[in-house]
Amino acid sequence: MTSADMGKAKSDSFYAPRKAIYPKEVDGKFRRIKWGLLAFTLAVYYLLPFVRWDRGPDAPSQAVLVDFPHRRFYFFFIEIWPQEVYYLTGLLILAALILFLMNALAGRIWCGYLCPQTVWTDLYLSAERWIEGDARERARKDAGPRSAKIWREKIAKHALWLLIAWWTGGAWVLYFADAPTLVYELATFQPGISEAYIWIGILTFTTYMLAGHMREQVCLYMCPWPRIQAALTDEYALNVTYRYDRGEPRMSLKQASALRAAGAPVGDCVDCDQCVAVCPTGVDIRKGASLGCVQCGLCIDACDSVMAKIGRSQSLIAYDTQMNCDRRRKGEAPLYKPLRARTLIYAALIVAIGALMSVKLATRDDSRLSVLHDRNPLAVTLKDGAVRNAYTIRFANMSAEPRRFLLETSGVEGAEVEIVGVEPDAEGRMIVGVGADQTRETRVLVTWRGARKTKGQTPILFTSKDVESDAAISMRDVFVTP
Amino acid sequence: MSTREAHSEAVRIDPHTKTTTTGHEWDGIEELDTPLPRWWVVTFYATILWSIGYFLAYPALPTLEGGTQGLIGWHSRASVARDMEQLNEIRGPVLERLANAPLEEIEARPQLLSAVRALGAAAFANNCAGCHGAGAQGAKGYPNLNDDDWLWGGKLSDIRRTIEHGVRWDADKDTRSETMPAFGRDGLLDAKQISLVADQLRAMAKLPGGMATAQGAKLFDDNCSVCHGVDGKGNRDMGAPNLTDALWLFGSDKETIASRIANGGGGVMPAWKDRLDEPTIKALAIYVHTLGGGE
Repeated sequence: MTSADMGKAKSDSFYAPRKAIYPKEVDGKFRRIKWGLLAFTLAVYYLLPFVRWDRGPDAPSQAVLVDFPHRRFYFFFIEIWPQEVYYLTGLLILAALILFLMNALAGRIWCGYLCPQTVWTDLYLSAERWIEGDARERARKDAGPRSAKIWREKIAKHALWLLIAWWTGGAWVLYFADAPTLVYELATFQPGISEAYIWIGILTFTTYMLAGHMREQVCLYMCPWPRIQAALTDEYALNVTYRYDRGEPRMSLKQASALRAAGAPVGDCVDCDQCVAVCPTGVDIRKGASLGCVQCGLCIDACDSVMAKIGRSQSLIAYDTQMNCDRRRKGEAPLYKPLRARTLIYAALIVAIGALMSVKLATRDDSRLSVLHDRNPLAVTLKDGAVRNAYTIRFANMSAEPRRFLLETSGVEGAEVEIVGVEPDAEGRMIVGVGADQTRETRVLVTWRGARKTKGQTPILFTSKDVESDAAISMRDVFVTP
Repeated sequence: MSTREAHSEAVRIDPHTKTTTTGHEWDGIEELDTPLPRWWVVTFYATILWSIGYFLAYPALPTLEGGTQGLIGWHSRASVARDMEQLNEIRGPVLERLANAPLEEIEARPQLLSAVRALGAAAFANNCAGCHGAGAQGAKGYPNLNDDDWLWGGKLSDIRRTIEHGVRWDADKDTRSETMPAFGRDGLLDAKQISLVADQLRAMAKLPGGMATAQGAKLFDDNCSVCHGVDGKGNRDMGAPNLTDALWLFGSDKETIASRIANGGGGVMPAWKDRLDEPTIKALAIYVHTLGGGE
């Protein structure tokens, strides 16, 4: 579509074609912070699977591992079993609250600095710049006829993009299997790891599409966070703001000096459009708060470098609020309130939930007991008239040592307890041995030989007691009398 | 004027969308002749092309005898066979350990026991639950396998033999064949005598309403004690149940007991030796034995 077409009478169509964006390279404080975070986050993502952590001979030695076949999640010294998946819920709640706190303090800085979409798009953009040149050059090449050189560059760029995408998918699968082994298997094309290939394929495709082709459209049309954050924000949250109180009326340098000499009001903005040129989402920050703005601060860097060149003070664009622009215009002092009800509440919730999870994690039981009453039949009458109930009882030993658990019952007095396949010891105790980091399922028979109880249910309590440490866990169930 | 006639005149170009109308008009509402989206049409033709390849590759056309076989030689039965092969490959190590382990030692090996019980539970659901119930809880005439009352013995070897050769299953010469005579039908006892024996039995089992009589005791001694024992405690070699315990396979009311005496016979269970393989029968024996009543 040419610019002439765009000026024509507005179409009835709801479809808007994407306007190509060629973000210009920029250097400055925020760009350097972004480079630092990009290097750090990508290094964590790509290298973490190779970090080793010794857990003894029977457990995997990978620091971070999602072990689906054995249903375990390992994170350094923490080992999570499937039934403890609520830790994941806790982490997600924490993540949401941290996002809210970031938003209350400085708007969408998550989007601008840490979001994978931003980080990978940044990486792809720098690959693009490296091969095809900076913004103006790329725009010229796209508009003009395709020469062989341009084709070569395009092919090289897409090949590099696909390589990064493949590496991204490749790193992903390493979190689900022993990384060095899997790398060896992938490199030598071993059979039997088709899942790894499928997931690498999927993530190669999504990375290539999202970071190479869709870019800011993900933020504008697909991501829910801009919408949610717009509903969560307030007038005190810092945003990348064009300080129009200082910048307007904008005019060229020459015009400004003439007017200034005449004593007329002159803004600092010289309308150089550098803030627009560097924006990765194509926003003109001078138009005020925008859904497209990801708060990355690159326009601040661009503007600061221009201001430095023309000898005006920095921070015409800065992390500030619209409210402060209005206050300054009215001659009032700007107002910054990082400590306010919402930031304090978010921080308190983060601390509280974090503390709760840490305490729970530190004091969690390293054994478990689960009891399942036989559903059919609920109760069995024996030939002497006694009543027996059968239970499936699973002992879980979540520690790295083999342990022995003593099973005791209470609630049905005089009940005889047997465990199928377990002989009582010399003192008549029922002791079940469970290997390190394992569970053992047993069939437990409880027989009541006393005077016939009335029809119904009697509560019964099963207690599993560690023979060495005496640590006990109990589970409640019922004894059914027909 | 019919709507059909109206068509040719009504076709026009809609000014808003620049699209031709179809000429269909209902109460002033016209239909745009919007073409299908290109991606849809392309997908549609692609599926037609795909179907041709599919048609050739797989069995498709039925003929009078059989059908076309397809070019890649796929067969649903071969597919099942492959699945079964994979399953056996997965189960292989457990089945091998099961086959090598003596029946009496399996329960003392926790890991093997849990694998074997799982195998046994699956085999039970497929083969046994039809009569004995999903939880082996039994029904009238079909023994509850959870309890400790065994007609033919509750040791592992007894259970295994019952599974292998069945009960009163004529096709198997080693089956448990002893059968109770039909005392009434065959005229061995008359109705009054049967009633007396039933009362006598209920008294021996200490059921309320039971009535011991000298006549009844004599009838029991003469007719029943050969198999069920003089004290009525039964005899497993004959499959004769203990008549003094709390469990009654068919029911403990007088009418049911009288009917059992009159008609005799007993339950029938198929022999599974030729239908199930050795490890499955072992797994079933372990499963039934560990339900709770095993001796």
